[in-house]
Amino acid sequence: MIVPGMGKEGQLRLINSRVLIIGAGGLGCPAAQYVAGAGVGTIGIVDGDVVETSNLHRQVGHATSRIGMKKVDSLITHLRGLNPLPTYIPHPFHLTPQNAADIISQYDLVMDCTDNPATRYLISDICVLLCKPLVSAASVQKSGQLIVLNCPPTPQGALDGKHAPCYRCCFRKPPPPSSMVSCGEAGIMGPVVGMMGVAQAGEAIKILASALHIPPDDSASPPPERNLHQPTLLIYTYDLDSAVGPYSFRALKMGGRKKNCFACGENSTLTLEGIKAGNPNYEQFCSVPTARCTLPPEGRITAAAYHAARERGELTEHILIDTRDSEHFSFGSIEGAVNVPFGKLLMKAAAIKRDGTPASEVLPPGLGEADAPIFVVCRRGLDSQETVEKLKELGLDHGGERRIMDIAGGMKAWKEEVDPSFPYI
Amino acid sequence: MSDATEVATIPITVDFSGGLEMLFDNQRRHSVALPAAQTSGKPANIAFLIDYLCKNLMKDPRSDLFVLDGHIRPGILVLINDADWELEGEEAYEIQPRDNILFVSTLHGG
Ligand SMILES: [Zn+2]
Repeated sequence: MIVPGMGKEGQLRLINSRVLIIGAGGLGCPAAQYVAGAGVGTIGIVDGDVVETSNLHRQVGHATSRIGMKKVDSLITHLRGLNPLPTYIPHPFHLTPQNAADIISQYDLVMDCTDNPATRYLISDICVLLCKPLVSAASVQKSGQLIVLNCPPTPQGALDGKHAPCYRCCFRKPPPPSSMVSCGEAGIMGPVVGMMGVAQAGEAIKILASALHIPPDDSASPPPERNLHQPTLLIYTYDLDSAVGPYSFRALKMGGRKKNCFACGENSTLTLEGIKAGNPNYEQFCSVPTARCTLPPEGRITAAAYHAARERGELTEHILIDTRDSEHFSFGSIEGAVNVPFGKLLMKAAAIKRDGTPASEVLPPGLGEADAPIFVVCRRGLDSQETVEKLKELGLDHGGERRIMDIAGGMKAWKEEVDPSFPYI
Repeated sequence: MSDATEVATIPITVDFSGGLEMLFDNQRRHSVALPAAQTSGKPANIAFLIDYLCKNLMKDPRSDLFVLDGHIRPGILVLINDADWELEGEEAYEIQPRDNILFVSTLHGG
């Protein structure tokens, strides 16, 4: 790997460095491949999950033959095939506030390849306290993001001159859980998350080869000259149909360390001992209670009970509304279901309230006015409850005369309780 | 006659990313002719733009995915000409002709 700017000295620094990859999934797999290929001497991997079939389209460090194996062991098997020389250290469990500092302290640089906000804030906080640079990436559906944080690392509270931001400096608060894509795990495009993982490896290699990871007070090996680069958030959007172009990269200028940052700022009270003892509470910080409704039990029917009633011929006349996106619906649905995507339904309901169109128009022609009971199914049973409430609000229950219920647990429950062959994707 | 009542506007582009485009007709880039002044007469700023987008451009009724308690909801970054709005004065930044304002929701998956 000899390119301009990467000579013998750089390679030696890579061999002598220790990288921790947290998450062995869609980001961690491609990231680990290039980190291992570059000759980093020690590579630690943290993940508590096992390999599943549905992972394989994007988690390229695993294989069909290793389904059911711990992801950490599966990925290390793959990496040894690529490069047997590095020392690989498995950490086959999830990162927690209790174990995070012990694990991270053994490494020079951390790569955040996780999939949830609570762990992201935890990782960043520990990196601030232990003075470790952090290369953070994320991806959902067709978008990806990448940012280098804490680099070069400086002690918590250091504010003289320019210092690099931490995760909290850039992303002060997590989004409310209700804002995450509704009803179900959002899908993810393999090449998009893969590109972000590869870019993450590129940043990690750059930092280590140029010794940017060494804290300034480490007099044993004084680092070469270092300038704080403009903190930059890279965003990548891949689109199948877009006016902006088929794909786009944008480099966004971010601010430096914030004086009032909870973790790295001037009066921060964040400590390793505190984190271990549960302070701050990451789960709570990232899960503000949601306002989503829950129907009373009599307003719901289980997938199994709905199926049984159909089989017994008790539901000859009924309407089944499926509120999933048309992409999901196209892979399979319950016989007789009519697809009315949730977003469209909400838009129609808003239009009805706004301009007084007849309420029955919220559903396809003929279904709104009828007397037959309505059942609503979605992906996991959240949107369907909201749909039931909306339809009642619009008076489609004819003042309580007409039954409108949701199928509890959605198509996920249908697969579990009724039809195991259903493609729940 | 109509000229007298015509409102002066500022031409800008507004982009949505990270899933927010879903709330705006699934379109990532919008050309917007923003009224140059707020009703109070003050020049249009980012806070005014956010309110304007909610009232005029948002097709989806789930405005709480974009705005909470009158402010942009946590987890959304606002970028003014590709720079974090904190570098530019946040909600008080006065919008200039041909500005590009990007709203991007932060991602956590992987
Ligand atoms: Zn900070």
